[in-house]
Amino acid sequence: MTELFGIPIPAFLSQLLLGLVNGSFYAILSLGLAVIFGLLNVINFNHGALYMMGAIFAWMGLTYFNINYWVMLIVAPVLVGIFGMITERLLLRHLYKLDHLYGLLLTFGLTLLIEGFFRSFYGVSGLPYQVPEALSGATNLGFMTLPNYRAWVVLASLVVCMGTWFVIERTKLGALLRAGTENAKLTEAFGVNVPLMVTLTYGFGTALAGFAGVLAAPILQVQPLMGSNLIIVVFAVVVIGGMGSILGSIVTGLGLGVIEGLTRVFYPEASATVVFLLMVVVLLLRPAGLFGKEK
Amino acid sequence: MKLKQIAFALAACGLALGFGSAQAQKLSGDKIVVGFITDMSSLYSDIDGPGGVEAIRMAIADMEKQFPGKKIELVYADHQNKADIASSKVREWIDQSGADVIIGGTNSATALATAKVAAEKKRPYIAIGAATSRLTNEDCTPYTVHYAYDTVALANGTGSAVVKSGGKSWFFLTADYAFGHSLEKDTSDVVKASGGTVVGAVRVPLNASDFSSFLLQAQNSKAQILGLANAGGDTINAIKAANEFGVTKTMKLAGLLMFINDIHSLGLKTTEGMYLTDGWYWDLNADTRAWGQRFFTKMKRMPSMLQAADFSAVNHYLAAVKAVGSDDPDAVMAQMKKTPINDMFAKGGKILPNGRMVHDMYLMQVKSPAESKTPWDYFKVAQTIPGDVAFAPQGGTKCTLK
Repeated sequence: MTELFGIPIPAFLSQLLLGLVNGSFYAILSLGLAVIFGLLNVINFNHGALYMMGAIFAWMGLTYFNINYWVMLIVAPVLVGIFGMITERLLLRHLYKLDHLYGLLLTFGLTLLIEGFFRSFYGVSGLPYQVPEALSGATNLGFMTLPNYRAWVVLASLVVCMGTWFVIERTKLGALLRAGTENAKLTEAFGVNVPLMVTLTYGFGTALAGFAGVLAAPILQVQPLMGSNLIIVVFAVVVIGGMGSILGSIVTGLGLGVIEGLTRVFYPEASATVVFLLMVVVLLLRPAGLFGKEK
Repeated sequence: MKLKQIAFALAACGLALGFGSAQAQKLSGDKIVVGFITDMSSLYSDIDGPGGVEAIRMAIADMEKQFPGKKIELVYADHQNKADIASSKVREWIDQSGADVIIGGTNSATALATAKVAAEKKRPYIAIGAATSRLTNEDCTPYTVHYAYDTVALANGTGSAVVKSGGKSWFFLTADYAFGHSLEKDTSDVVKASGGTVVGAVRVPLNASDFSSFLLQAQNSKAQILGLANAGGDTINAIKAANEFGVTKTMKLAGLLMFINDIHSLGLKTTEGMYLTDGWYWDLNADTRAWGQRFFTKMKRMPSMLQAADFSAVNHYLAAVKAVGSDDPDAVMAQMKKTPINDMFAKGGKILPNGRMVHDMYLMQVKSPAESKTPWDYFKVAQTIPGDVAFAPQGGTKCTLK
């Protein structure tokens, strides 16, 4: 059998593919963070908690109301987005003029509240959620057996990521959003309701987290602390990609997923730290991140 | 059986006479204070935590009538899985609240730290949730009792039983820290001693969340058994992914540390047929069922082995205080060690000089959804492992207590 770096090519390919699956989660989550940071200048630390809310809403929908996965894939992010907009209106709004640190502290506090709230109801051992019927089973790709659901995760996240990038970078709405954050006063003078736009943007960013949560529900343990394990890695992804860079966060998310996947084969012990190692290197060589612009 | 009970009764009478104090209880501070330190809010809080508090309250309620006019107090705290918090809290309880006994919940690191404080202050310390066998081995103290289970028993149970039922070749998925390593090592020893082979292992960082890469490596090893030397969320995520990738079609999973709560959260469809070692299950006999039901009415879920052990341990401690008529730590320790434990948790349980409480363990097999008749009806006993076999350390003990 042909080998690459000492492991058979089929094994190598399958690990690449698995890395891409994980990268898809990183991409959606870091995209949400990038949208929020890029347009609102808020470091949204409760992103992990919102991701968890998405997963738990999916479970609640199925358990209490018998609403299936496909409907919850739309409904859960909307609910999370509404929750996000409420927090933006009530709390975050007052911090825009202050240092980034205040936003970070507020959202960190919110994380503790949200996680504590769900933990008091559901405990920490997790809630059962099965892969939807239509996507259960696996496809034999020749070099590996890929569960259909994992393929769906990659597809769904790519579509959502590219759609978001397109709206923000290539449409009039996106241009208004970017203008509004660049110079709010001037944009308002053109008759644009900037505060409303900001609220909606935050709602959209948080909805992305909820969407990732629903995607994760069938394959990961659904429990109140599931987001806190992930959020630190996602922040590292955002930093490597460049704070606020939309395309950067997507490409870095996918790329780091792949790198992490390969580390799991060559030196599994380092797979949890490789992302941070890369972050250090990138920060030393390019402090603004791979795709970021120096300000 | 009858004869045995009479013998115990006679022994108890003899002891009471021997100590000569005619049951005028001398309690320090005129009350008994039970301290309970565990994970109340984080990853291990479902298997012990608030449920453990409730179990101890139940034990105290049962025993209170035996101490007329005296108060039995419970203090408890969340150690947040940090050894320094655990030891400083316990020190404070002993110094300021007059704690007479410390019950230790989950997490081995906190247990090792607490055992040191308790020994220094000469207070009985009953470790329940912690798995490390160091508590009764190199780190044993005259005041530590390790009550429910340990890594040796888990290895002896699942390891040898699975090899005997045909699972000869093993691959380990190991949590990359002290607990995982010792569980992997203990189990490997047992597997090899029983005639099996270990073909490989992959060390997975804690909280890896995605296990698919590691599972493919396990699958490529062509081993028959995948030993999960991890716990909690890591085990759950590994099992979910194993099902998804069809690993369960070619390999059998063996959970080396799993609780009924883990099965509850995964569902039977995902876990059907798995083996695991447990020290207690609510549906073993009439006693366990009655107690399980009593716990269920309070907590709305069935108790884990740890919660049952919390109840039993406090019961055993209070009975010892009653028997010696004082809460003097040395007298109570001696009494606890010489009295067999016969309750809903253990039959004929005994505490060895090194503090190890030896009782029967059970190799459980998870039922299929069709076999499960009621909620929480998850296990069938595949094999009862006698205490002496379950807790026998491979390579002897480093504890010198006699």
